[in-house]
Amino acid sequence: MDTYSLLRGFADSWALLAMFLIFVGIIVWTFRPGSRAKHDDIARIPFRNDRLED
Amino acid sequence: MVTGLKLSIYGLIAIFAAMAANWGHDLAYRVNALVVLAAAAIAFWWTMTREARPADGPTDGPGASGYMDDVVRAGVIATVIWGIVGFAAGTYIAFQLAFPVLNWDLPWTSFGRLRPLHTSAVIFAFGGNALICTSFYIVQRTCAARLWGGNLAWYVFWGYQLVIVLAATSYVLGGSESKEYAEPAWHIDLLLTVVWVGYLAVFMGTLIRRKEPHIYVANWFFLSFIVTVAMLHVVRNASVPVSIWGSTSYSAFAGVQDALTQWWYGHNAVGFFLTAGFLGMMYYFVPKQCERPVYSYRLSIIHFWALIFLYIWAGPHHLHYTALPDWAQTLGMVFSIILWMPSWGGMINGLMTLQGAWDKLRTDPVLRMLVVSVGFYGMATFEGPMMSIKAVNSLSHYTDWTIGHVHSGALGWNGMITFGALYFLVPRLWGAARLYSLSLVSWHFWLATIGIVLYAASMWVTGIMEGLMWRETDAHGFLVNSFADTVAAKMPMYVVRALGGVLYITGALIMVWNLWQTAKGRVRGSEAPAAVAAE
Repeated sequence: MDTYSLLRGFADSWALLAMFLIFVGIIVWTFRPGSRAKHDDIARIPFRNDRLED
Repeated sequence: MVTGLKLSIYGLIAIFAAMAANWGHDLAYRVNALVVLAAAAIAFWWTMTREARPADGPTDGPGASGYMDDVVRAGVIATVIWGIVGFAAGTYIAFQLAFPVLNWDLPWTSFGRLRPLHTSAVIFAFGGNALICTSFYIVQRTCAARLWGGNLAWYVFWGYQLVIVLAATSYVLGGSESKEYAEPAWHIDLLLTVVWVGYLAVFMGTLIRRKEPHIYVANWFFLSFIVTVAMLHVVRNASVPVSIWGSTSYSAFAGVQDALTQWWYGHNAVGFFLTAGFLGMMYYFVPKQCERPVYSYRLSIIHFWALIFLYIWAGPHHLHYTALPDWAQTLGMVFSIILWMPSWGGMINGLMTLQGAWDKLRTDPVLRMLVVSVGFYGMATFEGPMMSIKAVNSLSHYTDWTIGHVHSGALGWNGMITFGALYFLVPRLWGAARLYSLSLVSWHFWLATIGIVLYAASMWVTGIMEGLMWRETDAHGFLVNSFADTVAAKMPMYVVRALGGVLYITGALIMVWNLWQTAKGRVRGSEAPAAVAAE
């Protein structure tokens, strides 16, 4: 099989599936139970550290 | 030891540049070589006299925050200066289109050379400096860490200014690779690559030594912008120079592959330079200015990844009805339409951050500027997917509707959010208690907004008009209008567009005055708080 057909076949089968699963995984991970408190804390980062304390 | 090494390197660069200025095949290249020679000489002198000057203290000047802010201050100044240059060039070429006599029959002032000067000045000089300086400001504060790499940040800053000056002088003297938004000649591309690697190192290094356990979402956007722009820049500019002593080079791609590479690059320059990077700014400055955390942090994560996964495929919509295979055109169209969702995810997240604080819009013109920029982002990212639909594109493509669309995004979203960021940054960076004048911010806001409305509205009218004129046929199937007929019909709209540009740059000049006075610590007479009378 020529390189183009080989890569194209791989791109619209396994690579597509992998990308889709990674994306779904990100969504599931974002909504995992118990993440809300952590996200709320991260969202407040801009309101800390206006000055660098050492 | 280090000083000796630096001096040797600057000396070698200067000698090489002198040889290049002598042997260069074309004027643009020789002038570029002279600019590099001057830059190397200045760097040489600066390094040599360094020990005689007092060492940089840890205070970092006015408004001392403990962070490395002097390079951010320099970036703010560069952003403002290049902004005015870019807006002036744009307004001038807008008048050239209405009144061609303004080309002066000279090659250096022709539209074809000034147009890339305008686009590069506003996107890469104004927008790029805004992104670099705000990312340096934000990454330090959201990581609770000083910039990594010490003076490397200064190399990034000055290297980037050198790239801008080289590109601008090269364009005017006829040096161009003729690839839209990637016009700089091969030697400038190489320099930008080096500068960009330095930028990535500073940003990553700061992230790695952060004291906050998590990476705030703004930094995700900035990092994706830096990494993707590096990839786009290297692939699009893959070319073979004819000679080391000349500007001319030939692309590694040919035919339709070259066209697809171009719009993969061009559209993702919009997607990652003008969208992802500026969303990083939004995710810091909107919450800070309205003093509320972002509406939904989860939404920010999901729309970030959706944007990253989708944007990279949308480029082919620039090549509808061309030699590009039909399936690739349809793929580009479909991904462009899906992109609507992550784009509006960002817009909704930005706007809803004001939930419970909408009243601040009445009293805070800076917040108004930030919010209207998010509004323009939402409008432009609705219009874009619509225009990518093949049936719509058959009317809109090659017309000025496209130019209007780009400008509602660039002037409305990128420009306004940068102005808002500058109004936020200058009092803090120069240690002023407040802005010189809030009513001047309001003037800027309205002049810029009305300017954009004039621009976008005139381009809708003229774009749809010329699209309809081009496709109009008579009863026998012959085309009714010649191309020159459409040019004549567009004249009034070109004048309106140029006037919109005049309003926009007038607002920006008011901003320059306002920021200048703010940096000096002044407050406008009528707005100074009145002394409270004793009761």
